[in-house]
This record gives sequence, C-alpha cells and structure tokens, in this order.
Amino acid sequence: MEFFHDVNIDFLGKKWYFLAFSLVFSVAGILSMLFWHGIPWGVDFRGGTLVYVKFSHTPDLNAVRSDMDRAGLHDPKIQTYGPLANNEVLIDLGLRETSEQALDQGKTKIISALERNAPAGKIDLNNASSLAVKNYVMDKDPLHLGSDADQKYTAQAQAIVNYRDKVLGGVLSSLDQLKGAPGVDPAVAAIMPDGFFLSDFGVRNVEIVGPQVGGQLRTQAGLATLYSLLGMLVYLGFRFEWIYGIAAVITVFHDTLITVGAFSLTKTDISLTVIAAILTLIGYSNNDTIVVFDRIRENIKLMRREKLSEIVNRSINQTLSRTILTAGLTFLTVLALFLFGGEVLRGFSLALVIGILIGTYSSIAIAAPILVAYQDWRIEKGKRPVAIPGKAR
Amino acid sequence: MNKNLLWKLLFIVGTMLFFLFGIFGVPKSLSGEGLLTALTDHIHLGLDLKGGTHLILQVHVNDAVNVDAQNAIEVLKEQLRTRKVDYTDISQPDPQNNPDHIVLKGVQPGSRSDLLSIVQERLPEYDITGGAENSWVMSMKPSMLNDLKNKAVTQAIETIRNRIDALGVSEPTIQEHGLGQYQILVQLPGVDDPGRVKDIMQSTAMLEIKQMTDGPYPNEQAALQAKGGIIPVDSMLMSGACANGTEPTWCFVSRTSAVSGKDLRSADPTTDQNGQPAVHFNLTGEGGQRFFNFTSAHVGDSLAVVLDNKVQEVANIKEPIRDTGEISGGRMSEQQAKDLSMILRSGALPASISYLEERTVGPSLGADSIRSGVRAAVVGMVAVLIFMLIYYRGAGVNADVALIFNLIILLGFLGWSTIAGVNVALTLPGIAGVILTVGMGVDSNVLIFERIREELRNGKTPPSAVDQGFSHAWITIVDTHVTTIVSAAILFIFGTGPVKGFATTLTFGLLANLFTAVFVSRVIFEWVLSRKQRGDALGNLVVGNFENAALLKVFNYKITKFPNYQMV
Repeated sequence: MEFFHDVNIDFLGKKWYFLAFSLVFSVAGILSMLFWHGIPWGVDFRGGTLVYVKFSHTPDLNAVRSDMDRAGLHDPKIQTYGPLANNEVLIDLGLRETSEQALDQGKTKIISALERNAPAGKIDLNNASSLAVKNYVMDKDPLHLGSDADQKYTAQAQAIVNYRDKVLGGVLSSLDQLKGAPGVDPAVAAIMPDGFFLSDFGVRNVEIVGPQVGGQLRTQAGLATLYSLLGMLVYLGFRFEWIYGIAAVITVFHDTLITVGAFSLTKTDISLTVIAAILTLIGYSNNDTIVVFDRIRENIKLMRREKLSEIVNRSINQTLSRTILTAGLTFLTVLALFLFGGEVLRGFSLALVIGILIGTYSSIAIAAPILVAYQDWRIEKGKRPVAIPGKAR
Repeated sequence: MNKNLLWKLLFIVGTMLFFLFGIFGVPKSLSGEGLLTALTDHIHLGLDLKGGTHLILQVHVNDAVNVDAQNAIEVLKEQLRTRKVDYTDISQPDPQNNPDHIVLKGVQPGSRSDLLSIVQERLPEYDITGGAENSWVMSMKPSMLNDLKNKAVTQAIETIRNRIDALGVSEPTIQEHGLGQYQILVQLPGVDDPGRVKDIMQSTAMLEIKQMTDGPYPNEQAALQAKGGIIPVDSMLMSGACANGTEPTWCFVSRTSAVSGKDLRSADPTTDQNGQPAVHFNLTGEGGQRFFNFTSAHVGDSLAVVLDNKVQEVANIKEPIRDTGEISGGRMSEQQAKDLSMILRSGALPASISYLEERTVGPSLGADSIRSGVRAAVVGMVAVLIFMLIYYRGAGVNADVALIFNLIILLGFLGWSTIAGVNVALTLPGIAGVILTVGMGVDSNVLIFERIREELRNGKTPPSAVDQGFSHAWITIVDTHVTTIVSAAILFIFGTGPVKGFATTLTFGLLANLFTAVFVSRVIFEWVLSRKQRGDALGNLVVGNFENAALLKVFNYKITKFPNYQMV
C-alpha cells in the first residue's frame, strides 16, 4: 500500500496562504491571551487550593455552594469534573485560603463543611485512612486476636479501604456494603457502624500550591522552554547552518504560540504536564523540520544547478509520505490518549493533539519558506546566493 | 546464515531476555495472574498512580544563621569584657533577612587592634569593616554563609528522614528540591491523610533545660514591670507552663542552657506520678555530667524544661540529678507523648520549616488513572501495529517486532531500576511517554522504509536498497533523536514527580528506539535477505508468509516500474 506516490505539489507557491493561516491563529491566540482569557495558568503556576470530591450520588452544585458559603468560603469555583456519571466535583478556592502559614486550612474547611451531619464521636469512613480504621478495630478487637493482632488488623483495615477505593471507586454508600467485601471478616464488618459513619463524599485528590511555589514554577517553565529552544538552535546551527537553526526555532516558536493560544481560547488550564507536552512538541516539531532540512541538504549537493525554491519543493515532496505517515501514526496514539487517557491527562493530550497537527503543518509551511525567503533576500543584497551546508556527511 | 548475522541475532535475543528479566524477574507461575504480580513487583509506580502525599517544604535557613550570629554576639561580648574594651551597643539591624549582619557601636578608636584580633582569633568566619562614628559592621564570609545554609538543609533532610522512618512510612522520598532555594521534597506513598505526619515533620523539637531565674507572672507586662521594664542581662522572658494550672504564665529563664536536645541519649513515652502521659529521657555521659554540675550548683532553685521556646514545665531541684529527666507538663495525650519522644529521639531541626505545596492523590484516583492510562496505551499501540502491517505488509512485521522490543526494553529498564534500587517510577505522564514513544518510535521505521522504497524505485537491488535506506535515514534519525532528547533532558532537570517520570520514559524510550529501529530492524532485514538468497521457505513464514515474500513484494513494489522523474 502506498498513499503518496510521485506527488509533486508546489508548496512554496502557496506560502501566502500558509502565512495567512498561521497569522489568523497566532493573532487570535495572542489577542485572547492579552485581552480575553489571559493565560489560563493551572493551579501549579498560579497557586491555590483545589479539592476533587467524589459523591455517592449525583452532586447538587447549589447545595455544595451553600455548604461552602456557610463555612465562610465565599465564591469558590465549583464545577463537575469528568463525565457526569462519575459524580465528581472540583472545588477551586483560588489563592484566598492558601497561605504558607497554614497551607491546608482551605482543604480542612471544605471537608468539614461537606461533613454536614457528622454524628459526634464517629469517624467518616469515606474519608478515613487505613491507619484510622486499623486503630479503631485494633482497639475493639472483634476477632479476639493475640500477638499477631497488629498484622491481622492492618490487613483488615487495608481490605476495607481497598474495597472502598479500588472496587467502589472511592465512596461507600452504606456500611452494609462491607459485609460482602473480599477479605473483610464479618465480625469486623459488624462493629464498623459503632465507630464510623458515612458522609456522601470522598476526597479523591487535593492540590495545594502556595503563592511562592507558583511564581517559582512559572519562571522555571519559562526558562525550560527557553533553554529547550536554545538547545535546538545551537544543535541545528552546529549540524547545519545558523539559518537552519533560526528557521527551526521560529517554526517551533510559532507552534508553541498557537498551542498556548488554543489553551487560552478554550480556557483550558495550563498545568505542569501541559508544559511537559509543549516541550515534547518542541522536540517533535523539530523532528519534522529536521527531516525536511536533511533532505534539502542532501538535494543541494545533488542538484547544483536548480534554484533553491525548486530544491526545497522537491525535498518536501520526497519526504511528504514519511511526514504524513509519522504525523498520522503519532496523532493516532495521541488521540487514543485524548479519548481514553482519562481526565487527569486531558490537558496534556489536548496540547499534543493540537501540537502534532500544527507541528507537521509548520515544518512544511513555515520552516522551508523561511529558508527560501532568506536566500532570496541574500540574492537581492547581491551576496553569494547559496549557503551550502556541507558539514555532515 | 553467516556467522556475523548469527552473532547479531544472539545479541538481540540476549538483550531481550535481559530486559524481560527486568520486567518479570523469575515469575512464580506463567499464568496471567502470576505474570501480573511479577510485573507489579518489578515496576515501581509513581505517587500519582499509587496514591500518596507530595509535599514541598521551605527550610528557613536564616534561623540557623541567626543562631550562629547570636552565639557570635555572646562570644564577642565576653571577649570585649575580658579585654576591657568599651562599647555602647551590639545588635543585628535586620535579623529577619540578614541575620549575619552584626553592628558594634561606640568602640573607642584606641581599641581597634583589640577588636580586630578578637574577630580574627575567635570568630574567623566573620569579616569586619569599620564604619562611621566608631561603629563596626560584621558579616559572615559568603562561602561560610553558604555552607551554613546548605548544612541546615542537609541536616533538616536527615532529621525528617529519621522521623518519617520512625513513623513506618514505606519507601518515602526525601530530597533537596529546586535549584538553591533551600527547599525539600517529601513524597509519602500510601499516606493520604498527611495531617499528623506534617505536624511531626514540622516540629523543630529544640529541647533545652534552663534555670528559671524569676517568675511566674500572669502576663508579659507584669513580668516586665517587676524588672522595671528591662529584661536582665543573661535572662530571657518566656511563656508557657511556668506554674501549675491551665493558663499560660510568664517567667524569666537563663539565656544559656544546662543541657539541650543534643545531649539526649534516649527518650521514651511513660506516665508521670499522677498517671498522666509523659516523656522520660536519658542524657549522654557528657550531658549527664554537665546536668549534674548544674543541678549540684542550683539545689533549691527551679529549672525550666523548654521546648521550641515554650516552657513545658518547671520543677524544683531537690537534689543533684545525673542523667535522667521527665517532661510531663502541658497535659499531653498518649499519642502526643509517643510522638514527642519520637521527635526528640530524631533530633532537632536546625531551622524552622513551612509547607509550600501539598498534593494528595487518593488511591481510588490512582487506580482509575492506571486503568485509563493502560487502556489508552493498548489502544494506541494496537492501532499503530495494525496500521504498519497493512501499509508495509511483510516489512510491517519487522517494524512491529521493533516496536514491541522497544516497549520491552523500556519496561525492562524501569524494572531493572527497581532491582538496582534506583526506583525510576512509572507515573501517569510516564505512561503517556510510553505511548508517545510508540508513536514517535514508529517514525524511525517509516523513515527507513520510505527511503528503501525510494532506493528500490531508483533501480537498486534489494540488498543495496536496504543498505542505502538505512545509511541515509540514520543521519536523520540521529538528528531527530538528539533534539527530542535535549527537550526531555531539560524537562528532567526542571520537572518534579510526574513530569520527571515522563521525561525519563521518553528519553529511555527514544534511546531504546535507536537500538530497535536501526539495529534490530536491520538485522531482521539481513536475516530475511540471507534466507531469501537460499530460497528458505521458513524465512517467509517468519516474516509473515506473504506470498513468496521477496523484499520487493514485502514493499508491494514492482521493480519493472521505473521512477518517472530522474534525479540529476
């Protein structure tokens, strides 16, 4: 099977369309970053308190909001998280309740606000650690164990918590459920209601980032991106010619800009993993560009009499099959990640989905035309027309 | 088959066995379940998949500097007194931000050489410069200051590790974090309720036994009033349990301590004479001697047990005590007594710490993440494998073998890291890195195959087309891999936890790819070609049965068809 056989498309002839396309998207992104949504930094970078809560029933956001209000937490962002059937809610307190003196006070307030009808003296099993469960059953000793009590009850507590977390997905809806749980002794299950109650939620995930770390991470992310670009520039300058490095870096910058712009336009949080995805894109987009450049370098030696634009066009066409295939396959895997990878990886895979499309496009539509434009400019200035890179091979 | 090829094949098989051992070890059974437990034993999961707590701590290193500077001031005062040098004031103008800056005022010009020799002999870690109006400014030498701060962080890490080990948290990570920001990263797998652990880590646990010189007073004003508004030299005012009762009271205690936490040999929870929880401690030989001297000299006086600058209890010295003591004030619970003795045993923190970041991943979320990550990986992988088979037919088998080997090496590397005790963890972004490796790894194969096709099209014979294809694509492959590894390396340096896991799997996946896509894939081609030449039917079968599986057929390309454009 072969998709692209002897194609001969005049890519350079379409450079103005490409330019227009890229401009529209970059400018839209820049405008959104400047005047509309800004850069939607995730909690990693802006600091704040995020608590992910899973309910045992369809959550009533208004009820949650009024609980928060009663606890003195005004105007938190409350939204459902992931598919509705998951019954998950994300409570975002922002930076207001997050100070480095008492980092977790926001979280504590949220949990106690949601544990509305807590009976006195009982522990909430949906938010209890296995240690708390063990301490309780050890104290009550329903199995009348001897010297191995510690070990046995640790296993019992672990079985209860595992059943809650791994089988039921984090929340028990009734203490009777424990009776049929694997590995839980009926005698242990029977005493649980004496010491425990069930709230209608379990905390799945907590992220608290103090303001200091947020700022620090922002600087680091910026530096990491910058160093990455610089690394490319130096390597390509060394392997090819400086203009190739510059063209590649402009291309990658274009890709990064459009990807971040898309995050701003869609108001998707930019988390640490998104930055990781963007850095991967820088690598990926460069791959694509290098493949084309490598071919240009090779063809310049073979076709000494042709014009550069002719050579570049030929090179793009020769590598087109590979470009599309690789992009298609990588896109396939990334799409699988986007569709099946779950909510935690959503931002990460979104960045990759957008970035692979743009990265593939840009190596053809941006990088190569820059090379040709530079060449034309040199000729216009009356300099030696061809900068033949001949270092490698 | 020629000998060279045989060696290459054996090398590949050996490598695969090596990495398979890394993944599974020697599994107890070959059933699905047996393999799965072997797998989970060998591959170390990150916090985001296993559940647990991730904390970033700030060490306030200036505390340690401040302690040093205060000692220096004491030394200075004593020396100036013995050498009879007059001065009007010694102070730290900015103890918060520049605790090592000490200012001396009102030193007579004639005492200059005395002062300089004191600093040179007794405080060599300080620089001293003269200022206006007979004042002098001392500050710590920059290299000394740095050493002191770094030592505070190392010591804090050591102390925290002792405490966490004592709590029985398995496989914690405790290490310096960030680039010179005096921060510590602590990861506690399986701890999803970090409250108590956090309190225990944060406790400075500076234990001192001092002489109570005066008190108790009901509040600060009363205490100051009794002394005419001036705290006596060599004393300090502290609050806490200066008297029996529940209300906090104030008292004056000596500036110097008879013994401190450093002199403890052991500390254990116990109950006091009233049956209340308490902590019993033993002193080291040297500390015990000092305590004996102190208590002998102060029979009838009161001593104060001070923990983190708060008076825990006061007691009357009835007779000289050598080496044991008890802390019972403050009405501890049994748990608190247990925790306090553990904290005292682990030693004091050299500086206070605060929390900058806290992330808790519940085990249920971790389990969900594994499920969805693995599902995405399988779907992506299978899609790629099938596509390669359809598009390149026989050669697709080659690419698929290379991809699967790539995966085995990558997972085997993670497994071997566990065996070697380095524990490179697989995180959720790490799984994403595996998937990306599959997508990007296939690129090398595509590059090579497309090039071979081109060479065939230009009329080369299959063996020479394979040869040319590999050598041309090789340069490109090296360039693309180097640039991606550069980004991954930068990620590794800057990232923490999950992101670091991603950078690791991506980097190692790409390195493995260089081996599988170039070396393994090429050996398979050579093998097929060598069998082809001998008309070996078995070879066709191995590579995928496709008709008579000549490489040209493998690529579904007829050699009669010549390219319709001419190169040069």
